[in-house]
Amino acid sequence: MSESVRVQASINGEKREFLCEPRQSLLEVLRDTLQLTGAKEGCNNGNCGACNVILNGVLVNSCLVLAVEAGGAEITTIEGIALKDRLHPLQQKFLEHAALQCGICTPGFIVSAKALLDNNPDPTEEEVRHWLAGNLCRCTGYDKIIRAVLDTADSADMQSVRG
Amino acid sequence: MQAFDYVRPTTVDEAVSILARHGDQARVLSGGTDLIVALRESRRQVQVVVDIKALSETAELAYSPQAGLRLGAAVPCYRIYGDSAVAAAYPGLIDAARLIGGIQIQGRASIGGNICNASPAADSAPALIVHAATCVIAGPHGRREVAVEDFFAGPGRTVLQPGEFLVSIRLPAPEPGFGAAYLRFTPRNEMDIAVVGAGASVVLDETRRTIRSARIALGAVAPTPLLVAAAGNALAGLPADDAAVEQAAALAEEAARPISDMRGTAEFRKHLSAVLTRRALRAAIARAQAA
Repeated sequence: MSESVRVQASINGEKREFLCEPRQSLLEVLRDTLQLTGAKEGCNNGNCGACNVILNGVLVNSCLVLAVEAGGAEITTIEGIALKDRLHPLQQKFLEHAALQCGICTPGFIVSAKALLDNNPDPTEEEVRHWLAGNLCRCTGYDKIIRAVLDTADSADMQSVRG
Repeated sequence: MQAFDYVRPTTVDEAVSILARHGDQARVLSGGTDLIVALRESRRQVQVVVDIKALSETAELAYSPQAGLRLGAAVPCYRIYGDSAVAAAYPGLIDAARLIGGIQIQGRASIGGNICNASPAADSAPALIVHAATCVIAGPHGRREVAVEDFFAGPGRTVLQPGEFLVSIRLPAPEPGFGAAYLRFTPRNEMDIAVVGAGASVVLDETRRTIRSARIALGAVAPTPLLVAAAGNALAGLPADDAAVEQAAALAEEAARPISDMRGTAEFRKHLSAVLTRRALRAAIARAQAA
């Protein structure tokens, strides 16, 4: 029962292939098989967002996707957010605003915020808070995170990363 | 997580055959946002997970003003509210699709899965019921259709028999004068489970001042989502005014039979049933008048 399955997917623009059991989540495979440990296991049940990745252009909790479902998919993880020669504007603004303390939620927030800005380049504060409701932070109280995301949206740097 | 096999049938017949063969040892996988959690918590013991996302019927999102909406059981929420024609025709359905979980959940979760999970608090249930939606079910004996309000058998249970699965949900085309809305009470703004949910729909006459027909449905106030037929029937023929809304709200409160649990007391839920019915009905009427 549950023999290993071979799965091919494009992860951060690179074609990867891996073996997994059907019971393994995409989160587990990213971290344990592919050593992409940026996505974190915060709750393993879809509440905290620390495991967020972008799957075929859609923000998802990778703890709620079976790795076998990811065949043929294009996946972006936190490791794929930075630009070739510098940080993504979101990452830069998170640093400038001190929008992290322990940092465990930060990969999830940045992937989530990137998906937001891809979807809605000029969100209101309410829209940012609504979008980020699925990302939990135990350290910062969220305010600096919200400021960082809004500042990124307003900044000229975002022009350079849009296609 | 427990070990299981994973299969991805490409035809409905193949899916039915696998489900029939494995009975309660098989589980249908759509978005996975409920099932994967349940598998991980070993609430269900399964031998095989049957992914229905590769079936054209379950992935279909097809709307026409003549035929209405065919909502494939595996269509994720984000596709539903991302479709401008569907969103314009069924704002009451979009109300629910935007409330289930949060953004990440909506990237995977389907309305089909939401009703098959059959929580009494399922956000999509009251919305579907007030749209007079029906479930299209495939099984070893062929196809059958069941009204959404008849689909639930108890908390976490549906009327699906061994070998059967939900293929799609049908919503009739909205008539002229139709308006619908769904709202819920939760202590947080998002990422919460409805303490009470209320759906309302009306069909107004050509003056848009009289209610020709109405449907009211409540979630989280009974073992299953409730169609409050008495409230809908009482509204038929009434002017679309405050007195009518109050009457419906009172009938909804009377019909609600909630329990007390960690999310709220029975008394609070009874009260909410009236408040949310009032608000949902007003919103449905406003949408019908604006259309």
